[in-house]
Amino acid sequence: MQPLRLSTRLLLALATLSLVATYFLPLWEIQLWAPQYPEGLNMKMWLNRITGDCDIINGVNHYIGMKTIKAEMFPEFKYMVYLVGVIIAIGFLPVVLGRRRWLMVFVATLILAAVAGMGDYWRWSQDYGTNLSPKAAISIPGMSYSPPIIGYKSILNFVAYSGPDRGGWIFIVVGVVAVGLLTTEIWLDRRQLKK
Amino acid sequence: MNKRFLLLAGLAAITGAGLLTGCKPKQLIAPVQSGVAEKVYVAPGKYDEFYNIVSGGFSGGVAIYGLPSGRLFRQIPVFAQHPESGYGYSEETKPMLNTSYGTQVWDDQHHVGLSTTNGEHDGRWIFANSNNSPRVARISLETFRTEEIIEIPNSSGNHSSPFLTENTEYAVAGTRFAYPLDDEGSNPDVPIASFKDTFKSVISMVAVEPKTGRLSIGFQILLPGIDIDLARAGKKKSHDWIFFSCYNSEQAHTLLEVNASQKDKDFIVAINWKKCEEYVKAGKGRKSRNPYAHNVWDEHTHSAKSTILNEVTILDPTELKDIVYLMPCPKSPHGCDTDPTGSYIIGSGKLAAIIPVFSFDKMLKAIADKNHEGEFCGLPVLKYESVLHGEVKKPGLGPLHTEFDGKGNAYTSFFVTSEIVKWNIETLQVVDRAPTYYSVGHMTVPGSATVKPHGKYAIAYNKITKDRYLPTGPELTQSAQLYDISGDKMKLLLDFPTVGEPHYAEAIPAALVKPKSKKFYKIEANNHPYVTKSEKDARVVREGNVVHVYMTAIRSHLAPDNIEGVKIGDEVYFHVTNLEQDWDVPHGFAVKGSGNAELLIMPGETATLKYVPGRVGIAPFYCTDFCSALHQEMQGYLRVSPAGSDVPLKFGIGETAPTAK
Repeated sequence: MQPLRLSTRLLLALATLSLVATYFLPLWEIQLWAPQYPEGLNMKMWLNRITGDCDIINGVNHYIGMKTIKAEMFPEFKYMVYLVGVIIAIGFLPVVLGRRRWLMVFVATLILAAVAGMGDYWRWSQDYGTNLSPKAAISIPGMSYSPPIIGYKSILNFVAYSGPDRGGWIFIVVGVVAVGLLTTEIWLDRRQLKK
Repeated sequence: MNKRFLLLAGLAAITGAGLLTGCKPKQLIAPVQSGVAEKVYVAPGKYDEFYNIVSGGFSGGVAIYGLPSGRLFRQIPVFAQHPESGYGYSEETKPMLNTSYGTQVWDDQHHVGLSTTNGEHDGRWIFANSNNSPRVARISLETFRTEEIIEIPNSSGNHSSPFLTENTEYAVAGTRFAYPLDDEGSNPDVPIASFKDTFKSVISMVAVEPKTGRLSIGFQILLPGIDIDLARAGKKKSHDWIFFSCYNSEQAHTLLEVNASQKDKDFIVAINWKKCEEYVKAGKGRKSRNPYAHNVWDEHTHSAKSTILNEVTILDPTELKDIVYLMPCPKSPHGCDTDPTGSYIIGSGKLAAIIPVFSFDKMLKAIADKNHEGEFCGLPVLKYESVLHGEVKKPGLGPLHTEFDGKGNAYTSFFVTSEIVKWNIETLQVVDRAPTYYSVGHMTVPGSATVKPHGKYAIAYNKITKDRYLPTGPELTQSAQLYDISGDKMKLLLDFPTVGEPHYAEAIPAALVKPKSKKFYKIEANNHPYVTKSEKDARVVREGNVVHVYMTAIRSHLAPDNIEGVKIGDEVYFHVTNLEQDWDVPHGFAVKGSGNAELLIMPGETATLKYVPGRVGIAPFYCTDFCSALHQEMQGYLRVSPAGSDVPLKFGIGETAPTAK
């Protein structure tokens, strides 16, 4: 029943609290550039909506028969706000109960959420990039228009970038902090035991 | 504890870095190399190497630029009124805009074609089409003025025009918007949904008289209702043929964006115009009767005359079996370009992921072998594989137009992927690509349409301008780009703004045009019915309520400059003759309260402004083109009296001016 140090609990409280900001910041962004879009087109994913140049992107994509991007397409937007609420609640368990086991639960939850989130994004991007309308004006056999999962990718004359936005970075930092705190706790406990 | 702070500082740094999200990749930043400035700089007093003759799109005219500087020299009004020159406003030019529907003051000008002799530029004429009300115009390269416009009957949406045959025997026209056509040649009142049964398209061969350039409708070829898009005549061995692209072989009449994009292949329509000529000579075909206007400018009377004609011969290729063949071409072909050797026809399926190259020799063989894959509305369709030279694989998206440098290379514009792709016609391999800013439509390589391209440059006429120049609100100039194609790699040299929305353009070496350029009109040759050849003949003549003012303009006065006795209810015609006989001394004319406009009169020319006075009082008039040091003094007065007034008609200048009673 390893108790958590006070400083760990305070830092964890701060980190968990910062997750509230993800309600007000975009989590993920996709950017597209092409010669005719020098300013770039972007799309930002929030907990409950998509913003950005969706209309222009939909306009570009109608040639090749991609689905029109609309918030209603994503059931995720209906429950993600609650999921993050649950994650925040789990984050406060080790803070309040002060036990290392609960910190482990929180770390596991964050990793699980990250894997599930990326998996969901991959599934969505695959469907979007390959499941094209048979009535499309332009069709290139075997061509996939899926955006990259993370980083840069060339799609015809477009260069696409996909990566975390501010909300996503907060998640990543909270994850790193949680893992860091857990590691330091274990490391410090072991050092004490040796003494 | 210190270690923990280090850890936190590290995390803060990661967060900071994370906030810098996706940066613009380097490969998308415009690649302009050093040393390009001197390639486009034409020093003061020096001349450009090429005239660039560029369609003015929705401006309705044609614009003339210099290359490589990209400087705009002149806008030639053709299918639209043009305030700068008075075209379409002066009484002399109004008939140029006449059609069988009446006067049309603004049309949409798409393509230009420069006259050729034996397939080479001869520097005589520019031909231009109007898309909305189908017309073909001929412009003189001596005067840079529109000399003739002929309306195309039985057609609508004249897009595939005015592309010329090798010896300028014909300028062509084709129907883009298939529409109902009955045997009388009229446009009957039918339901739109009867498209497949009643709608037709025609190809028109507009004959060009070899010496004068005079236009007439040679004959027409009846096609099923498909949308004829672009055209190119054969060259050398394919001299007798002309090729048209078409889309909407689905024969859709609504939501064409989707419904005309369903078939894998539409057609290149190959027409043996020599054979057609023989049939017409042999009296084949039927006559259609449908009015069309023929407007001719006379350089000696400085006036246009419009005549309404009626009769045209139409050939039906379902009866005359050996004049029309269809070659299947992938997905809604747009550009249809023949290479300088006349051996290849390049179809640009604007929705296709390849560029098909057809072989003229294979086409002849397929015709001889009757290698048909079927029929379309009674017309033979040749087998795709039997006419194909090969396909350019993965060239880009949205191929539109192809130009040639005469060295075996083709340059195809790609709208969707916004680039020019250079490829080898024989090997079909892509050899270079260059991005355009943004979304190129048409392209020009000087002389590409001829058997001897001049090469050297490629010009991209872009459909989107965006941020290329200082912004001017929502409405922007159009953007063209000049590329050096003399080396292995295309090099972007220059952006230059263009007027209207340029579609096709040609470029011709200045040496073929500049020496012939007219400087002024000889006053002795002026046969205008209202010319005033000397100032002593300047006068005002009343004919009932019509008043003719025979006015002269010479530095720095208009004669007469005092006119009295004009009354409300009169129609006044100011026939102004510019008596100057020197280069670049035009005079202008404007009168206060004119519901029409101004005039601009070249040396030796006569132009007429119709003026209906609306108010009693003095109406000043003056010269609007700064002509001399005393230009400001080149002014006069017209006295307008009430209707029924007994003010006598008097006029004069200086000592002859009317005196106070």
